Amino acid sequence: MNKHILEIDRLNVSIGADKIIKDISMAFFRKKVTAIMGPSGCGKTTLVRCINRMHELIPNTVVTGSITLYRKNIYEMNPIMVRREIGMVFQRPNPFPTMSIYDNVIAGYLLNGIKLTRSEKDTLVESSLAKAGLWNEVKDALHRRGAFLSGGQQQRLCIARALAMKPRVLLLDEPTSALDPKSTAHIEDLISELKETVTIIMVTHNIGQASRVSDFTAFLYLGELVEYGTTEKLFTVPDDKRTEEYLSRKFG
Amino acid sequence: MNRVAFRLVKDLGFRIYLVASTSVLLIPLGLILYYIVSNGITVINWDFLTSLPKPPGVLGAGISNAIVGSGLLIGIAGALSIPFGVAIGLFLNEFSETHLASAVRLCVEVLQGIPSIVIGIVAYLWIVVPLGGFSAVSGGIALALMMLPMVVRATEETLKLIPHSLKEASLGLGVPYYRTMIKIIVPAGANGILTGVLLGVARVAGETAPLLFTAFGNPFMTVNITQPVNSLPLIIYNFATSPYPDWQQVAWGASLVLIIFVLGLSLLTRTLIKR
Repeated sequence: MNKHILEIDRLNVSIGADKIIKDISMAFFRKKVTAIMGPSGCGKTTLVRCINRMHELIPNTVVTGSITLYRKNIYEMNPIMVRREIGMVFQRPNPFPTMSIYDNVIAGYLLNGIKLTRSEKDTLVESSLAKAGLWNEVKDALHRRGAFLSGGQQQRLCIARALAMKPRVLLLDEPTSALDPKSTAHIEDLISELKETVTIIMVTHNIGQASRVSDFTAFLYLGELVEYGTTEKLFTVPDDKRTEEYLSRKFG
Repeated sequence: MNRVAFRLVKDLGFRIYLVASTSVLLIPLGLILYYIVSNGITVINWDFLTSLPKPPGVLGAGISNAIVGSGLLIGIAGALSIPFGVAIGLFLNEFSETHLASAVRLCVEVLQGIPSIVIGIVAYLWIVVPLGGFSAVSGGIALALMMLPMVVRATEETLKLIPHSLKEASLGLGVPYYRTMIKIIVPAGANGILTGVLLGVARVAGETAPLLFTAFGNPFMTVNITQPVNSLPLIIYNFATSPYPDWQQVAWGASLVLIIFVLGLSLLTRTLIKR
């Protein structure tokens, strides 16, 4: 079986007159954690948004090049199907405020009108929450609204919601940037466990986080892919001078 | 007198001034309520609410047809203005930068400023004349035109406050755009939208001018929306300006019923806003 699940080929993205992504080609490995790091404004969020076509929400965005999931071009697929295969967790926890915890987990099914039996729902809710490390904390409050949860718990609820759709790829867009250190550590542990089941692509501006949880790291700077390789190599013997300078915090 | 004591006196004086000016506002409202309640309460009983108006001099007159008529008119106005108003508000929020949105915003503002009598004339020309007669439908449409701006405004203002992240969350799960709007965005703003709708209903419930040449009034009970219907403001207008004291009493009673309805809606709206 091919080790690459997702391939980006000569991707260029511009929003209005600004070129955000410049000719990026890279391939992501199956069931590994890949971190995309770089200073603010380097295009890392735009890059992951292109992967599940969320960039289409931003007007005046022009994309050229291709992204393939198992050799199928996602730009030729229905965006709705793309987003079911490639889940996303955002910077700020965004559980649905009007839904209970239970409904939040299966929101993807409820909102898409996919019918599930009672037992299918129960199983899905329990397994997704367990995978997100939240089951023990909320199992007695499943039918309450999620507003009383802490930020870190809400973010894990969002991860459970994304996992419930059984995606092949999970995109995490700075998932811990709005969280306290303890919740951050919890989510980092979780990411390491999740790669057993799903391919993870994680955007981070935190160098330490990239080195702790990822197998592969890509360094983006000003819209260019400067360097991409195993986290071990990139953090110990980077090829590019800019990577070295970024890692020693001379900029960014 | 030492300076501190003097300042305290000045301070107290200013406070008294503030409380006094604020209290002045309560006088007209208190007087209106007092007059209406004291005059209306004597005629209000169950029979008053359930019987038809009678000719002058006949005992046991009521306003049942006006209550039903007002209900019909408000129902028609709501059924027309809520679906359109929410859709327009949703559009303005989703496509706020487009030319169409700015044009619609201007129209909504203008529509809000149009005197109600003019809306009545327009409804007369558009609906009453072509249909060849006064009807509840034409009155309902006139009221819908008055409610529409309030529903649009309330929807847009409410949806503006809903975080963008919620829309992303839904779309990110592969939920189609229209389902995201209907199942996530509109329910998240339901409280605010409902508040706007209730304020709109409270406003049109007391409108007389647009009904004068649309719903027209009717001494009998009807639930046929193609027929003229009575309404609370119309019966107040017609009976209060009549020379018969017993009809004037009915007008007071109808005023009290209308005031209770509108106040009830306002209180309901306030509790919704607090939630």
